[in-house]
Amino acid sequence: MAEPADKKRGATPEKPKPAGYFEGETMTRRTVFALAGQAAGGVAVAVVALPVVGFAVAPIFDRPEETWEGVGSPDDFADDTYRQAVITIVDGVGDSGKTTVYIRRGSPTLDEDPNEFIAISTRCAHLGCPVRFVQAAGNFICPCHGGVYDFEGLVIGGPPVRPLDRFQTRVNGDTVEVGPRYSVTNDLEPVRARDPGEFTGGIWEYLYPPRPTTPPPPS
Amino acid sequence: MPKLPSALRKPSKPGERGNGARRDGGGANGVEAEPHPVREKTKEGAIDVVGWVDQRTGASPFLTGLLLRKVPKGTNWFYTLGSATLFAFVVQALTGVFLAFYYVPSATEAYDSISHLTNDVFLGEFVRGLHKWGATMMIILIFLHMGRTFFFGAYKYPRELNWVIGVVLLILTLVMGLTGYLLPFDNRSYWATIVAMNITASGPVVGPYLADFLRAGSEFTATTLPRFYAVHMLLVPGLIIALIGAHLYLVVKLGTTAPPWLRAEAKPKSSREEKVG
Ligand code: HEM
Ligand code: FES
Repeated sequence: MAEPADKKRGATPEKPKPAGYFEGETMTRRTVFALAGQAAGGVAVAVVALPVVGFAVAPIFDRPEETWEGVGSPDDFADDTYRQAVITIVDGVGDSGKTTVYIRRGSPTLDEDPNEFIAISTRCAHLGCPVRFVQAAGNFICPCHGGVYDFEGLVIGGPPVRPLDRFQTRVNGDTVEVGPRYSVTNDLEPVRARDPGEFTGGIWEYLYPPRPTTPPPPS
Repeated sequence: MPKLPSALRKPSKPGERGNGARRDGGGANGVEAEPHPVREKTKEGAIDVVGWVDQRTGASPFLTGLLLRKVPKGTNWFYTLGSATLFAFVVQALTGVFLAFYYVPSATEAYDSISHLTNDVFLGEFVRGLHKWGATMMIILIFLHMGRTFFFGAYKYPRELNWVIGVVLLILTLVMGLTGYLLPFDNRSYWATIVAMNITASGPVVGPYLADFLRAGSEFTATTLPRFYAVHMLLVPGLIIALIGAHLYLVVKLGTTAPPWLRAEAKPKSSREEKVG
C-alpha cells in the first residue's frame, strides 16, 4: 500500500470513521458482526456434530442386560471331563451370536468350591479363535497359532497371555444356568471380562482399563 | 473469450469468414458459404454448448492449466502410478455403488444377499469380481505409487505435506480393505473380523474402547455389520475423495519432481531448492 502523500509532510491524515463509530470503542462493528457470525456458525456445527458423534459412540457406555441360559441338569455333568453346550451371547445375529462353552462340575481337588459348576469359554485368549477340548490330551487346543491350555484353562503353550475366560454359573431349580462372561488371572482370580490378547496380571494389565460394556466380575 | 482447445474454439460467424459472404446478403456467394451438412451442424452445436458453459464458469483457463501443465524432463511411466491408483479407486466407487443395490447389511441376511447377487443376478459375479479384485489392485498400486514417490525423493521439500496426505490415504485405503472384508459375512469374514477386533482391543489404553466402538459393544453385535458397512461405503470413501482432492491440488500446484538422476546432473544454480526457495 502506498503511503498517503500528506503523511510524509507530517500532517495526521484523518481516517474516515466507519459507520456506527463512537468515541472509545474497542471493537469495530465489523469485528463484532464477524465474531457473532462465527459464534453462530460454531453453535450450528456443534448442535449437529455433538449428537451425531454421541450417537455413534453411545454403545461403548452401554451394558447389555445379563442373560442366563439353561444348559442341562446338574447330573449331566462330571468333575473330570467337560460337556459342550451352545449358548446365545448376542441376540438377533443368527449363528454369529452363539458360542460353545465347556461345562463341568467343580472338583474337590481342583476348585475352591466343589459345589459350583465351571463353564469355560472357547474364545482363545490370544486372538479369539475357537479352542477345542481334546479329551485324549485333557487340554484345550487352539487351531490358529498353537495356543494350548490345561484342564483348568491355564496356558501351557503358545502365544496366549492369560487363561481361558469363564462364564458365571448358577443352579436354578433343576437347571444349570450359564451367565455373563468374566476373565481370570493366572491364579484363577475373577476379573472383569477382557478381550483376547489383554493381560490380566502384572503391570501390563494396567494397559487395559475396565470397560463400561462388561459387568463386574463375580466376587 | 478464454482460450479453448482449437477443436472447441467457436468459429467465426458466417459472413465474418472473409470470403465475401455477407450476413444479410443471399446472392450467389451466400449459398456456397453456408453448406450445412449434419456433421458441421453437430460440431457447431457441441462447440456452442461448451462455449456456453465456459462463458458462465470460466472453467477453461483452469482446465488448460490442469491438463496442459508442464511436467519435468524425464517424466516416465512410473509417474502414472498415482493416476492408476486413482483409476482403481474410481472403479471401486462405481462398482461399490451398484453392489449396494443388492447387498443387505444385516447379520442374518448379508450372506444370502451376497450369494443371490453372485449366483442369480445378471453379471452380478462380474461386478462383484471387479470390486473384489479391484480392491487388491488398488492396494498394490497405492504401495507401488508410494514406492515411486519414495525412491524418486518426491517426498522432500516442498512436498512433505503431500506425502503426509498420502500416508493418511494409505491408512484409509487399508481401512476400506478391513471393513469390506467383513461384508460377505461368511466364516472367513467373520473370524477375520473377530481377530482384527481383538488385535485392535489389545492396543494399550484406547484399544479396548476402540474395539467396543467398532463392534458397538463387548461382543460382535447386531449393529457391528451395519457399522462396518457405513464406514466402508460412506465415511471412509468420503474422506478419501476429499483427501484425493487435496493431494491432486498439491500435485498441480507444486508440479511433479524430476527423476533424481536428472536432478543430480543439473547445475547447483538451477537446482529445485533454489527455484522453490
Ligand atoms: C488414494 C490414493 C492415492 C491417489 C489416488 C494418489 C494420486 C496421485 C497422483 C495422480 C499423483 C501425481 C502423479 C504421480 O506422481 O504419480 C500423486 C503424486 C504424489 N503422491 Fe499420491 N496418490 C495416492 C496415495 C499416495 C500415498 C500413499 C503416498 C505416500 C505416502 C503419496 C504420495 C505422493 C507424493 C509425495 C506425490 C508427489 C509426487 C511428485 O511431486 O513427483 N500418494 N498422487
Ligand atoms: S488365536 Fe488361539 S493361539 Fe492365536
